[in-house]
Amino acid sequence: MRQFGNDTEVDFAIVGTGAGGGTLACKLSEYGFSVVALDAGPYWRPLEDFASDEYHQSKLYWSDERIVDGENPLQLGANNSGRSVGGSTVHFAMVSLRFRPEWFRSRSQLGYGADWPLDWREMWRYYGEVEQSLKISGPVTYPWGPRRPRYPYRAHELNAAALVLARGAEALGIPWTPTPLATLSAPRDLAHPCVYRGMCVIGCSTNAKQSVLVTWLPRALAAGAEIRDLATVGRVEHDQSGRVTGVHYHREGQWQFQRARHVVVAGYAIETPRLLLNSATGRFPDGLANSSGLVGRNLMVQSNQAVWGIMQQEIRSYKAPPSLAITEHWNYTDAGKDFFGGYCYMSQGPLPIVWANTQSAKRGLWGAPLLREMEKYNHQVGLKIVGECLPQERNRVTLTDERDGLGLPIPRVTFSYCDNDRRLIKHSLRFMRHALEAVDAGEIWDETDDTCHLNGTARMGYDPETSVVDADCRSWDIPNLWICDGSVFPTVGGVNPSLTIQALACRTADRIRQLAARGEL
Amino acid sequence: MTDRYPGYDVLTKRNSPSWNDQTRRVVDERLAIDPGRHRFCNDSEWLTLTAICEQVVPQPADRAHPVPIAAMLDEKLCANSGDGYRNGRLPSMREAWRRGLRAFEAEARERHGCAFHQLAAAQQVALLTAVQNGQVDSPAWGDMPPALFFTDRLLHDIVSAYYAHPTAWNEIGFGGPASPRGYVRLDFDRRDPWEAAEARPGSEYRARSENARVG
Repeated sequence: MRQFGNDTEVDFAIVGTGAGGGTLACKLSEYGFSVVALDAGPYWRPLEDFASDEYHQSKLYWSDERIVDGENPLQLGANNSGRSVGGSTVHFAMVSLRFRPEWFRSRSQLGYGADWPLDWREMWRYYGEVEQSLKISGPVTYPWGPRRPRYPYRAHELNAAALVLARGAEALGIPWTPTPLATLSAPRDLAHPCVYRGMCVIGCSTNAKQSVLVTWLPRALAAGAEIRDLATVGRVEHDQSGRVTGVHYHREGQWQFQRARHVVVAGYAIETPRLLLNSATGRFPDGLANSSGLVGRNLMVQSNQAVWGIMQQEIRSYKAPPSLAITEHWNYTDAGKDFFGGYCYMSQGPLPIVWANTQSAKRGLWGAPLLREMEKYNHQVGLKIVGECLPQERNRVTLTDERDGLGLPIPRVTFSYCDNDRRLIKHSLRFMRHALEAVDAGEIWDETDDTCHLNGTARMGYDPETSVVDADCRSWDIPNLWICDGSVFPTVGGVNPSLTIQALACRTADRIRQLAARGEL
Repeated sequence: MTDRYPGYDVLTKRNSPSWNDQTRRVVDERLAIDPGRHRFCNDSEWLTLTAICEQVVPQPADRAHPVPIAAMLDEKLCANSGDGYRNGRLPSMREAWRRGLRAFEAEARERHGCAFHQLAAAQQVALLTAVQNGQVDSPAWGDMPPALFFTDRLLHDIVSAYYAHPTAWNEIGFGGPASPRGYVRLDFDRRDPWEAAEARPGSEYRARSENARVG
C-alpha cells in the first residue's frame, strides 16, 4: 500500500471507508487523485479474523456509546452501524436494490418529502455500474420499474424461508422475486461462491460477500490510495479563508493532522453530523457546512417491522443469506394506500441471539415461556419490511456534554415516528399477516418496533437555504468540503440504501473529475 | 422442556469442516469460563445476579454443565463492552447493573425481609415480574425506570449471554458454526447430515441415532 505523510497535502482526505467513502476512494484514486481514506475501525482479513460466532463478531459493530431518546428511541450499534474498514457493508445483509425512479422527485411527483437534485436516468446508469462492480446476483427480469439489465450473476437458490414469502405473495396475487444480493452465486477471481452459511450479518468469513472491503478497496489500493485504519477523526480544520485544510485524527495513541486539499466526510448519518458539529469554530459557530442549520436534522431510519409465525415444516432459516426473496409490490403500487411512501418486505433468517432478543424485548418473554418459544426456532418464519420514514426536522443528531474516551462529545440521537410512518407500518403488518395466513403459518404475531438504516442528516438539495450539499455532494458553505454517504439522502424510499450510496459515490467521483478538468475544483 | 433434538451436540462438529480455527478459539474460550468467577460483582451482587439469571433462563436441573450466564455477564461488565447505544433515561451499563442489583436486593428485603437469592423461586419470579411491569418503588432505583432497566439491560444481557453458548444451540437445534462448509440442502424439511435431527412423535429413536452421526 502506498502511504502518505501527514505533511503531504493529499488531494482528498476521506473520513470513513464504507459504502460512500470506500467507493469514492476507489474511484478518485483510479482517476489519478491522491487519496488517504481514514477509518476508525480495523482492516480485517475475513478469512483469518472472522469466527462463525454471533457473540464474538460484535467486534464489527460501532459499540461506542450514543444516547438515544425521542418517542421511539432507536437501537443502534449492531444492525445499523459498523466499525470496520469497509464500514457496515462488512456486516450488511447484502440486499442491493435500486430506488423507484419517482422517489428522486417524491415532492413534485408523489406529494411528500423532498426532491433530489438528481435525475433518475443518470442514477440508473450508476446503479448499473455498481451492480457490475459487485457482481450482484439476481433475477433475469425484475418485476418492477423501468427495464434494467439482467443482473451480472444468476439468482441464488431459495431457502424454505424465501419459498414461504413466494407462496404467500402468489396466494395474494402480487409479484415477488429472488432478492438482488451482493454475494457471489458463481466463482469470481479467487473468491468462491456463497456457501450458504447464513451468517452474513456477522461478517462473511469466506469472502463471497461483495462488501466494500473486498470490492472497491482492493481497487483503491491498486490505484495508489492509502487506507489508514484505526484512525478516528475528531475535527476538520479550516483556514482563515474558510476553506478546509485537513483532518485531526487519533491514531497510535496520539492526535495527528493530515493535510488535504479536499476533505470528504463519509461517516454515515450519525458520525458525519457529529464530526461537522464538533468542528465548530468562531467563524462557523454552528459547525461546518451548517449555515442552513440542517446538519444533524432530518435523520431518517427505515421502519423494520415484521410478522412472524410457526410452520409445520422445518424451515431452518439460519441457512443461506437471510433475505433471499423480496416483494417490492408496495413500493410501486400507489392505489389502496392511506400513507405516503412505500415498503418492500423480505424473508428472514435471524441467528439465535438476535432471535432470543426479539422474543424477550418485543414480547416480554423470559423464563419457561421464552425457552418454549425458542425451541420452535427451526420452524419460525418471518416477513420483515424496509419501510420509508418521512424526513422530519425534529429527528436529529446533536452533541451532548458527555465525552467519549478520546474526549469527543457523545452524540444524542433523537427519533420519533410521524403519523404517516405509523400508517405505513400498520398497512404492512396487516398485509404481511395475510401473506403468512395464506401459507398456513400458525401462532402469528406482530413485531411492532424495529428500525434499520440511518440517513438524511446532511441532505442534498437545490439551494443553500434548504440543504447542506448540492447534487455533487459538495457543501454549499465550504467549496472543498464534501459529504459522501447516506447522510445526503433527502428521502429514503422503501429499499435498503447501500446500492444508492455507492451509486452516488460513483457519480460524485465523476463530477469531481469533470470539475477538476474545468478548473472548478 | 421437551428434548426436541435428542443427543444433538454441536460440539461434535468442532473438528469438522464446519469450524475454522478462529471459531474453535473463540468457542473454546467461552467453554473455559469459570462459572464462579466474578470480578465486576462483589459477593453479594453476585448472589443476586446468579439468582436472577436462574429465573430468566431456567436450565434443566440435570444439566451437568449449566451455561455460566452470570459469569459471562460479569466478564462483559468487566470488559465494559457496550452495545453502541443507551436509552437517555438509563445510566451507563455498569452503573445500571450496579444500581439494578442493589434495587433488587432492597425490594427483596422490603417485601420479604431477606436477600433476593434467599427467596423462594415463586417469590423471585413475582418480584421480577413486578420490576418488568414497573410496579416497584424502592428509592434504590433512583431515577432509573425499573421496567426499562428490565427490558433494555437485564433481559438483553442475560438472553444474549445464554444464546451465545453451544448448550443453548443444542436446545434449539441451531447448526452453530458453519465456516467454511456452510450448507447444501435449503428446502422445506431438508437437513444436511451435519445438522440437528428433530424428534417428532414416534421418531425420537431415529432422531437420536441421526444426531449421533452429526459431525
